[in-house]
Amino acid sequence: MHQFFRTHSCSDMRYSILSKILVTVFVLFTGIVSAQSHEGEEVETGAHDLKTEIKEYIDHHLLDSHDFSLFSYTTDEGEHKYIGFPLPVILWDNGLKIFSSSQLKHGEGVAEVDGNYYALYHNKIYKTDAEGTIKFGAQHDEDTHSEDAFGENLVVEDAHPSNERPLDFSITKNVVFIALVGLLMFLMFRSVASNYKKSNMPKGLGRGLEPLVMFVRDEIAIPNIGEHKYKKYMSYLLTVFFFVWIINLLGLTPLGVNVTNNIAVTFALALITYFITTFSGNKNYWKHIFWMPGVPVPMKIILAPIELLGTFIKPFSLMIRLYANITAGHVVLMSIIGLMFIFKNWIGSPLSFVLAFTLSLLELLVAALQAYIFTMLSALYFGMATEEDHH
Amino acid sequence: MEKLLEQFSLGLFVWQLVLFIGLLLLLRKFAWKPILNAVEKREEGIKGALEAAEAAKKEMQNVTADSEKLLKEARAERDALLKEAREIKESIISEAKEHAQVEGDKMIKQAQATIEAEKKAAVADIKAQVANLSLEIAEKVIKEELSNKDKQLKLVDDMLGNIKLN
Repeated sequence: MHQFFRTHSCSDMRYSILSKILVTVFVLFTGIVSAQSHEGEEVETGAHDLKTEIKEYIDHHLLDSHDFSLFSYTTDEGEHKYIGFPLPVILWDNGLKIFSSSQLKHGEGVAEVDGNYYALYHNKIYKTDAEGTIKFGAQHDEDTHSEDAFGENLVVEDAHPSNERPLDFSITKNVVFIALVGLLMFLMFRSVASNYKKSNMPKGLGRGLEPLVMFVRDEIAIPNIGEHKYKKYMSYLLTVFFFVWIINLLGLTPLGVNVTNNIAVTFALALITYFITTFSGNKNYWKHIFWMPGVPVPMKIILAPIELLGTFIKPFSLMIRLYANITAGHVVLMSIIGLMFIFKNWIGSPLSFVLAFTLSLLELLVAALQAYIFTMLSALYFGMATEEDHH
Repeated sequence: MEKLLEQFSLGLFVWQLVLFIGLLLLLRKFAWKPILNAVEKREEGIKGALEAAEAAKKEMQNVTADSEKLLKEARAERDALLKEAREIKESIISEAKEHAQVEGDKMIKQAQATIEAEKKAAVADIKAQVANLSLEIAEKVIKEELSNKDKQLKLVDDMLGNIKLN
């Protein structure tokens, strides 16, 4: 517990120092840009377009997508080309509808299944007519008109389509990666496990992985849950630790997949922690929630709803922490990389390269740290739920 | 918060839940249990070996202590034996001395008594002989006397001159 707070505050501090540096650098650069923009109108609009494009690219990168594209480029004719392969789209719209995401053409096409039409809009699938028209709600009509002068991009920013949305269970890019990481972990750890059948000493991969498994057992599970009860939680703790870590690390690769910055993913993980905590809660745990011992009766009544709320807030904080840390890391990192394209001069680009490099190293640490914190806090909650009465 | 809710994708959530739980169950059966069991077994083995080594060390110490104790005891016993022997020897010697003294005294006393007795006997014997001789002399003197007075006197003189009291 102690250790956790230390490491956490430490990382917070690093963040704050880094963010100060970033702000300074940013102020410096904006000064340069504004100096440039005074030279002529063309530069202004060009920089604006580039900035918008970078912002959109980052937003797009942070979101899940229905196809597996490694990178995209724009041809001279302004046509977007994507390098990658399509993934299956699975919809539930009065029956199962399955088709290939290639039909959606990255939001530029309309897919037709059994007489129903679907189109992609901001990475979400909507039911449309044959032309793929996206209708907007009445409350957004005013916005649409007022912002028309600034261009299409700004309009769609706030608008919510009023089209019907089918339940989307598509095999998206993130689902593919979750499955891949699962497969990777399964193969890795099964080979480690099979090694122990031959000899009691770890060999090859096991030499690297066994200390990590031991770390989860000796530093996370046993201190937080206790010597006698930790065993039944080990499977979950180990799986979640390696899953989050590996998937965070893959998010740092140029493959450009971010799984843990989807709130749905962290929600699923936090939900499992919540259910394990709730179902393993013993009499003592529930007594401390609903009828806190050792305090006067009015306090007991006041504390009960607070404690009950606490049981939800704890896994909720797990969900937000992992999501926010990874998202923030990616946004900052991609913004710095984006700076390189905005400031095409000999000071800005190398500087933002150095910054991006340093930040990548930090993100490596954050990837492991977040996995550690998630596992650590889950173990702590399990420990609380199974703690015996000491009074 | 609104943006978060909007971003929330039910499909991804369901897939993540299903895939993760599947992974959890698979890994539990094929990886975590064998790995943790093997490690635990190894740790127990190491612990057992260490304990055995510790026990052996303790036993060794016990054995050394025992042998030392035995040696000490033997030494003490030897010392005691030697001391006893010396004491016995001394007592024997002194006893013998005493005995000899007593015996010697006794013998000396006996000898003295014998000498005394012999002496007494000899004196008595001499006395008897003297008496006999005296009587014989007297007899002869008397016989001579009876024949010749001068001669008798001469004889007494001669005889008296011959007798030397030793």
